[in-house]
Amino acid sequence: MIKLLLSGDTPRSTVLAVILGVILVCLALAPFLFPGVRTVDTAARICVFIVLVASYDLLLGYGGIVSFAHTMFFGIGAYGVALASTHMGRGFDAVFVGALAGTGVAAALALLIGLFSLRVRAIFFAMITLAVASAVAVLVSQLSGLTGGEDGLTFQTPRALGPAFKFGDELFGVKLNGKLLAYYFVFFGALILFLLLLRIVNSPFGRVLQAIRENDFRAEAIGYRVVYYRVAATCLSAGAAALAGALYAVWLRYVGPDTTLSMELMIDILLMVVIGGMGTMYGAVIGATLFVVAQNYLQNLMGAASGLVTDVPILPELLSADRWLLWLGVLFILSVYFFPTGVVGRLRQGRQA
Amino acid sequence: MTSPILETRDLTVRFGGHVAVDSVTCAFQPGELTAIVGPNGAGKTTYFNLISGQIPASAGRVLLKGQDISGKSVSQRTRAGIGRAFQLTNLFPNLTVLENVRLVVQAQSGKGFNMFSTAASHAEMTEAAEAILMRVKLLESRAQVVSELSHGNQRKLEVALLIALDPAVYMFDEPTAGMSVDEAPVVLDLIAELKEHTHRTVLLVEHKMDVIARLADRIIVLHNGALAADGPPQQVIASDVVQEAYMGRGLEGILEDV
Ligand SMILES: Nc1ncnc2c1ncn2[C@@H]1O[C@H](COP(=O)(O)OP(=O)(O)OP(=O)(O)O)[C@@H](O)[C@H]1O
Ligand SMILES: [Mg+2]
Repeated sequence: MIKLLLSGDTPRSTVLAVILGVILVCLALAPFLFPGVRTVDTAARICVFIVLVASYDLLLGYGGIVSFAHTMFFGIGAYGVALASTHMGRGFDAVFVGALAGTGVAAALALLIGLFSLRVRAIFFAMITLAVASAVAVLVSQLSGLTGGEDGLTFQTPRALGPAFKFGDELFGVKLNGKLLAYYFVFFGALILFLLLLRIVNSPFGRVLQAIRENDFRAEAIGYRVVYYRVAATCLSAGAAALAGALYAVWLRYVGPDTTLSMELMIDILLMVVIGGMGTMYGAVIGATLFVVAQNYLQNLMGAASGLVTDVPILPELLSADRWLLWLGVLFILSVYFFPTGVVGRLRQGRQA
Repeated sequence: MTSPILETRDLTVRFGGHVAVDSVTCAFQPGELTAIVGPNGAGKTTYFNLISGQIPASAGRVLLKGQDISGKSVSQRTRAGIGRAFQLTNLFPNLTVLENVRLVVQAQSGKGFNMFSTAASHAEMTEAAEAILMRVKLLESRAQVVSELSHGNQRKLEVALLIALDPAVYMFDEPTAGMSVDEAPVVLDLIAELKEHTHRTVLLVEHKMDVIARLADRIIVLHNGALAADGPPQQVIASDVVQEAYMGRGLEGILEDV
């Protein structure tokens, strides 16, 4: 049963299986294990980023295609939900219409970019995605009448997912309200999407993508139309990113260029894929969890650490909470240096050795 | 005479000023095994590249079963029936041996766009791939990653991929190059089997005289990209053209050299 859900792609390392299990349990029970607005918010972000990073891994790790437009597709899904909820009024119908429309637009745009540029060369695709993503980001901030510009859009999600909605008293000290439902909406949405992506990379189609990544010349020579497969992977990955964006919008009840479209976010995604391990899917889980946790708690940790060493020269300066980005950078350099195949790659090697 | 399965008409390619394949017109009959010989740089591999579509021709046409396929892509030609094994091993290095062959079986089955079943659930494809690995004596290595295989086994796998494809026209480019004396016969026996039992059309670039003598129905000689001789093995080896083209050393001398 578990094997079927995982599409036969088991973690293949005891340590990895344990880590993944812990992450799954923590996310599944986050509102009960770590009650608190901030921690639950972190957990929801992890769920969304797992899907976002996994969909990027489908493209980069399995298809060997570099894209800089992944946040654009993410943003299209998020804006889809925001616009639909604004214009149709709050409700699940608006969420689904927005998510589907966003996914459709993202996939169609990916199809266009793919057909136009993947025929030529992979590097050309990377450049085109960069150009299109920048253009869309500018467009979104200029069309402020529609998109809210730089300020973004704040909107209302279905009543059942709002904090005012109560469906019981308390369970283990946790309020049974719409916010809890919203968390589980995001959690199960992300879980289903992740399992679906895992299925796709382990399907006959996923095997062709791997073959193309390994040797596109030979893949063509045994009869696969390489361009079509690459374009299909681009569309799937864009659609999945848009759905992740829709989940994010439902959770935040807000969309804006910085949270969904920025280049910084794109770089974060790249880092998460690389740290977790490309072409493994589980790498997305590890990468997203590590990254989001570090992003949210490194600052606190450092503030505390610098408080402890106030008497020592230089150290408090280095550990000051303002330096957290520097340390995050150092962490990444170290992790890429020591785990060139990502955390997942390292753990799987360890088992073989 | 039956109609040819494969034909090239005035097939030519120029790289800058250099004519690598020079107006080669040649027809191949079904079930025939043709050896293609010529010194290094004669244009044998390039001739193959033009037929299977890796390089577009500067002029001339390629016809398969009477149909002009000159404008088609590599994958279209493969699906139309032209199969190719490469002189330089050209595999999927980080996948397993079984996965390499399975990918070819899958390409044949047309299930490449199936996204919602697991690849492992298609037992018939795995079985078909294993049957082929058995024929090339690689079954024990099926779980090994290709980059860890010995050179000889990689060459065998190269041949296995072509056999899995089972095209109307088989093209082998020095299939036994670099193989040890005890490994080469496995591959040569397979080629002999293709010819004798299944009557497949085979184009074989090969330097070793004993192999040619054993397998070939016909030899064509390429020299500086042009067709220098064409005919039954004994006749070609003895022909004046060949003797002259190779400055009196004879084909056998040339073949021994390389
Ligand atoms: N893509 C290319 N661009 C430029 N020149 C090329 C290209 N491919 C082949 N050539 C040239 O064409 C000529 C024929 O090369 P080819 O590889 O076909 O020879 P060959 O008969 O297969 O030789 P060998 O026995 O060494 O394999 C050579 O001079 C080679 O340098
Ligand atoms: Mg050659």
